[in-house]
Amino acid sequence: MVTISMEIQILFAGALFLTGLLGLLVRRNIIFMLLSIEIMLNSAALVFIIAGSHWMQADGQVMFIFILTVSAAEVSVGLALILQMYHHYRTLDADAINRLHDKKENEK
Amino acid sequence: MTNYIGLIPAIPLLSFLIIALLGKFIPRKGVAILGVGSVTLSSLITIVTGVNFISSHPDGGAWISTFYTWINAGGFSADISFRLDSLSLIFCFVITFVGTLIHLYSIEFMKDDEGFARFFAYMNLFVSSMLILVLADNLLLLYFGWEGVGLCSYLLIGFWYKDPANGAAARKAFIVTRIGDTSMIIGLFLLFVSFGTLNIESVMQQAPVKWSPGAPLAVISAILLLGGALGKSAQLPLQTWLPDAMAGPSPVSALIHAATMVTAGVYLIARMNVLFTLAPAVQTAIAVIGAATLLIAGFSALTQHDLKRVLAYSTISQIGYMFLALGVGAWSAAIFHFMIHAFFKALLFLGAGSIILLLHEEHDMFKMGGLRKKLPVIFITFLIGGASLSALPLITAGFYSKDQILWLSWSSGMGSKWLWLAGITGAFITSLYTFRMIFLTFFGELKIQPKHKPGLLMTIPLIILASLSLVGGFIELPDNLGPIRLFSKLLTPLLPAITLSNETTPEWMFQIISAIISVGGIYLAYIFFYKKSAFSVSFGKSRLSYFFYKGWEFDRLYDILFVRPIVWLSEINKKDFIDKIYTCIATATGFFNMLLTKTQNGKLRWYVTVLTAGIIVLLTIMLIL
Repeated sequence: MVTISMEIQILFAGALFLTGLLGLLVRRNIIFMLLSIEIMLNSAALVFIIAGSHWMQADGQVMFIFILTVSAAEVSVGLALILQMYHHYRTLDADAINRLHDKKENEK
Repeated sequence: MTNYIGLIPAIPLLSFLIIALLGKFIPRKGVAILGVGSVTLSSLITIVTGVNFISSHPDGGAWISTFYTWINAGGFSADISFRLDSLSLIFCFVITFVGTLIHLYSIEFMKDDEGFARFFAYMNLFVSSMLILVLADNLLLLYFGWEGVGLCSYLLIGFWYKDPANGAAARKAFIVTRIGDTSMIIGLFLLFVSFGTLNIESVMQQAPVKWSPGAPLAVISAILLLGGALGKSAQLPLQTWLPDAMAGPSPVSALIHAATMVTAGVYLIARMNVLFTLAPAVQTAIAVIGAATLLIAGFSALTQHDLKRVLAYSTISQIGYMFLALGVGAWSAAIFHFMIHAFFKALLFLGAGSIILLLHEEHDMFKMGGLRKKLPVIFITFLIGGASLSALPLITAGFYSKDQILWLSWSSGMGSKWLWLAGITGAFITSLYTFRMIFLTFFGELKIQPKHKPGLLMTIPLIILASLSLVGGFIELPDNLGPIRLFSKLLTPLLPAITLSNETTPEWMFQIISAIISVGGIYLAYIFFYKKSAFSVSFGKSRLSYFFYKGWEFDRLYDILFVRPIVWLSEINKKDFIDKIYTCIATATGFFNMLLTKTQNGKLRWYVTVLTAGIIVLLTIMLIL
């Protein structure tokens, strides 16, 4: 069985995290942003798995199950919000929904 | 019996409240009855109480009646409590009696004025405050009355408030006296810190025990109290407000700025005599200030054109005599001169007020003349007042009171010939300016026709005051002419007796000198201002005369020394540099707020970017450190 060194495993998780982060920053479509967040969550979960296997502990996998549950709940809430948003604004562009910003900016 | 004392100030106060609150609904007649009636009633009570007081000789020489505790906190207590002794009795008598006559006169004087009710309200408030001042048992209540009369003085000087000049005069009077008042309240604090009480009697008892004569604290507190007295009594260097205070109606000048309020300083010093005895240096200063003031004001009175301003300077000068008497330790002589001065100066002011009213508000004496035939009652009473002011020998009251001061200024243990010389020069100038005023106003050709004859309400007070100016002096005659000592006997042992110096010159010599001086002054006035000698005309145009006319340019001096630097400072500091510190904080906060609101743009991705950047920065810091 080929063993991959831990550094590479962690680097892979980090790359995954960065991919998610960049996606979050670059994308304007809110569904893609949600997907990016999922990727980031999973990269974090992967670090738990890696750590669990490294120290031969089951805790890492337990944490993974937790994160999976949380992300499932989060996605369901997120998707519901996106639906509502689409109903209201007829768009999925995150930048278009900025009504919470400081009014003074507009007055000036 | 003692409980009636409280009624003396309470009745005018009640009448003030009624007129002030309901004045609009009361007809003029009602206001007049209330205003005059209240003061008359308190003068009757004063007389009845006074007769009882003198006949019963109470223990300790005083009746004290306490009403309630005003303040009681942390070891300090002050009562609303009145103390009637011979000193306050004399002041009460003068205030209520002269006050009644002046109120009576005011009914006719003010009858066409729209502020009739307001006038009587203020006058009643004044009488009440003044009575509180002289009856107060503790210094705090005295200070309350002190400020009350200051307020009424301000309100009444600016009574005709539609002319801005009157408002300015009122403010000047208020601010200049306030300088003295501030010094006085600091003095009261000092007394309280030293003795733990402000009760006059206990302070007077403790002071000689705690302080030896000339002790620094005694000197300082005497100086501070003297400051208050100088401000109120318009003595050097705070005398500049009184001539301008003539902007008020003439009865006000008669009551406040001649008879009563301006002598409050004399009252204060006489009341606190123990304290001043403990500070001999300050007492000498009082005598010197009095002598200087009486000369300076006398010369100024000599050159005035306005009838009332002559009287104003004359008042300053006569109070200078009282201060001179206080300074040489002639306590009862000062109080005696106060009483006689109240009679004749009120008379002169009321007479001047009638003349000004009947001559269509003409104040300039040089535009008057020949009124002797037209207004005989005013002429005769004014002449009597003037004779009393210039101390015409034997027949006038002013002779007896002023002569006593002059003699004691020489022969008292604390007197000196220089003080006497100043006093006698002042006496000469006094008779000169008094008869200058009389010759210019009543003699010569008639220039302005008076409107009508004065009514009875005006002439009766004049006649009563004139007779008092003549016979008032007979209650206190010098030893070689009487001797009658009713007045000074009343005041002992409240006021310490004067200690004469060892080598005394006989009193009759001084009497003859002052008699010659007085008559000589009148004769010189006759030559200068009746015959109109060339010297008096040319002197009237000289620069020195203008210097005197302007009151020795004290106003200009104070303007340069105090007013202009303050105006200049406030001009350059218009935007208050201390404020700058606080506005700076506000501006900085606003600036950062503006910066931070820029980040609040509602763009989700921007927030994430900033969040990430923050995390990166924090991680970097953690890695580096």
